[in-house]
Amino acid sequence: MANVQEHIARLFPEATFEEGEVLLVNIPDAKWHTLAKTLKEDSELDFDYLVALVGMDWTETLGVMYYFSSTRLGHSISVKVATDNRENPMLHSISDLWNVANLYEREVYDYYGIIFINHPDMRRLFLRNDWVGYPLRKDYDASPETNPVRLDHEAVDDTTFTYVEQPDGKVVKEERTIFAPEDFVVNIGPQHPATHGVLRFRTSVDGETIKKIDLYLGYIHRGIEKLCEGLGYMQTLHFTDRLDYLSAQQNRHCLCLCIEKAMGIEVPRRAQVIRVMMDELMRISSHLLFMGTFCMDLGATTMLFYTLRERERILDIFEKTCGARMTFNYNCIGGIMEDIDKDFVADVKKLLEIMPKAIKEYDTIFTGNVIARNRMEGVGVISKEDVISYATTGPVGRASGWACDVRKTHPYGIYSELDFDEITLPEGDSMARYLVRVEEIKQSCRILEQLVDNIPEGDICAKVPKIIKLPEGHWFQQVEASRGAFGVYIESHGDQKPWRVKFNSPCMNLAGIVPHAAKGGKIADLITIGGTFDYVVPDIDR
Amino acid sequence: MLELSHGAEWLNQWLLSWCAPWAAVTIECVLIGVLLLLSYSVLALFYIYFERKVCAAFQCRLGPNRVGPWGVLQSVADMFKILIKELISLNHIDKFLFALAPYLVILASMLCFSMLPWGSGIQIIDFNIGIFFLLAVSSIGVLGILLAGWSSNNKFTLIGALRSGAQMVSYELSMGLSVITMVAFAGTMSISEMCQLQSDGMWFIFSGHIPAIIAFVIFIIAGTAETNRGPFDLPEAESELTAGYHTEYSGIHFGFFYLAEYLNLFIVSGVAALLFFGGWAPLHIPGWDAFNGVMDWIPSTIWFIGKAIVLSFIIIWFKWTFPRLRIDQLLTLEWKYLLPINLVNLVLMVLVVCYGLHF
Repeated sequence: MANVQEHIARLFPEATFEEGEVLLVNIPDAKWHTLAKTLKEDSELDFDYLVALVGMDWTETLGVMYYFSSTRLGHSISVKVATDNRENPMLHSISDLWNVANLYEREVYDYYGIIFINHPDMRRLFLRNDWVGYPLRKDYDASPETNPVRLDHEAVDDTTFTYVEQPDGKVVKEERTIFAPEDFVVNIGPQHPATHGVLRFRTSVDGETIKKIDLYLGYIHRGIEKLCEGLGYMQTLHFTDRLDYLSAQQNRHCLCLCIEKAMGIEVPRRAQVIRVMMDELMRISSHLLFMGTFCMDLGATTMLFYTLRERERILDIFEKTCGARMTFNYNCIGGIMEDIDKDFVADVKKLLEIMPKAIKEYDTIFTGNVIARNRMEGVGVISKEDVISYATTGPVGRASGWACDVRKTHPYGIYSELDFDEITLPEGDSMARYLVRVEEIKQSCRILEQLVDNIPEGDICAKVPKIIKLPEGHWFQQVEASRGAFGVYIESHGDQKPWRVKFNSPCMNLAGIVPHAAKGGKIADLITIGGTFDYVVPDIDR
Repeated sequence: MLELSHGAEWLNQWLLSWCAPWAAVTIECVLIGVLLLLSYSVLALFYIYFERKVCAAFQCRLGPNRVGPWGVLQSVADMFKILIKELISLNHIDKFLFALAPYLVILASMLCFSMLPWGSGIQIIDFNIGIFFLLAVSSIGVLGILLAGWSSNNKFTLIGALRSGAQMVSYELSMGLSVITMVAFAGTMSISEMCQLQSDGMWFIFSGHIPAIIAFVIFIIAGTAETNRGPFDLPEAESELTAGYHTEYSGIHFGFFYLAEYLNLFIVSGVAALLFFGGWAPLHIPGWDAFNGVMDWIPSTIWFIGKAIVLSFIIIWFKWTFPRLRIDQLLTLEWKYLLPINLVNLVLMVLVVCYGLHF
């Protein structure tokens, strides 16, 4: 780490450093793009993975926190760039270096009004184009008069704006075309059976071939990050179950870990083991649902009922212990809410007994089917460079050969003690993405096998003060959710309420890579690709 | 032997005994028309129930079980619901073509339906080019689907209609060629004669051995594609095009498409039964006279409907097992595999017939 600091200090004397969880670099905006280029391309730094991009309002300044990581060298860094111009804030875009920054910067623009210079597509991401103000700014006027519930139809724009920096330093607003009038544009979504939620792809097609996709998000945007700023830490927990409801346990685990890290709470071992078991059960159930719905997208409806049959067992296990089949509210700060049900161990053992047979059955009915293979093999191939650049973690990244499992790269909980394999496949096509998930079910079963007989006795929750106050500072925590690395960024100014909570969801990156992966394919391939990405829309929109 | 033809003969005599011949023919035609419509809808109801139950069995479910004993009245209730539903009128459509399309589809399937050999001597239209006529009228259906997709003024329906056009035109070839193969073997295009031949001798699939079996396999694949059923349900691929060409239809107009789909399933299996499994001819094994006697005792109508249902079970089985093909894979399958195989098979069949290599 010191090495990285010295290296950057030598090249950028104006940069200042702060020690912390990860090294923080402060850099003025004028030098930011050059530094970004160095971070990405310098072989000693090699930060090819943009982990998170958090828009911030520090009242006197607006700015962005960047988290980078190197897939080759394994080290991490964070960068803080700020501007004190609140009227017309502008920062330089890094979307030319990391593709994932494209959507991230649009999100920051949407929330904070920060314009990114040279960004190709500076439109709002989640909110309507006629939204007044920038809601996550601390001086935002939330009264209903400013933004009444609009009953009129939102105009669809075929053009966008970009702010181009001229050689003399002046920034000029230019118009760019998304779709020409002669394009045949089909709306796939927001109401469409294959988008698994209210997601919208404006797709221009030439016959059956896809020419271009424009992503429209925000149909179920709930402003969860804004809501968190007005609530105590305990109260923010339940939102995580409602992001990616198929990774509810892992998401909540992540937020609890982040808060516990900030408070310095040691979680009892029994709670840690149970948390990991719940995470893995959740992962199995999520992957099972993926298999079912994905096969249904391809037109093989029967698989859905086979996988739901096994998923039902897992939901029963959850129901007995957590009292719910969805939105479990099980983890809490310091441990877990309730002890496991008396049938828990027996039920998990029964599940582990059934799963191998069930997977064999799935393989017989679907995986080996010649039509299924033709539909998946070689469809939507993504290279390893692209998955890293688009930051598509999780099974999708691993199917392209990127070993990005947070359980292995940054172990949390008791994962470092467990024996399991990280599945990576080199192909990067839809078949690989499907197979990775099937293998991950087996690995999750392996983890459960190691733990089911070894749940230690003891407390289920550490002693936690009634009123939770975090010290001043900022923390970032990631866990491996069912769909990829789920991150939580918390900044606290010492109050009972967080100053900023950012949920870094894997699904937004998955949706962001769809236009790239589906281009040039057939309409049916878009459905296959979307199916294998398995995004959950509430996690994208938040 | 209990045969319905005796009843028809008696009815004809009775009518002639008290009214003019033209009036008798008119009355008979109306009666037959009513009978046809009735059996058409009853069969459709049966098929909807049948598919639901079969698919439920494949999917570890029970299927309909609330309305009536074992849920048998479920499809009747659904039909009633669809009859009283509103026909939603849309603004930016071609109203005439939009309304015409479902009738074209149902007309095509009704005409095919009337050609089927229901039993020994029970056939509504029977003439010397029967099977050719059947193929000809069945292609009217694709016109209805294209019009439905075009007139709806919707991008999804348009893509669905274009897919359907490409698919139907391609698979019509395979269908026609496998029919021609069997016509070459039978030496007649008349449906009743075909059945009679198989009733006197063996079913074509046995007597025509290898080329007949190849023709059967191709016919079943092409037939599944012609009826727009999975794995060839691209025109209405619900996960890609919501409902394809009939997205915009509601009420009974949608019901017509739905009915026609199920009846086309029956028609395809009926034609397959006719061409390969003897139509209404009972199963005969040469030399086993006692067995043949027992088989003869079963009415020919039951033989025909039974065979058609068994064959449609196979097609339903396809649908609930296989994923859907992609449009380019679908066309590759037809033009690069089925069509060449079919042509070779036709030559093979001609050789078999010329050299008398059949049973």
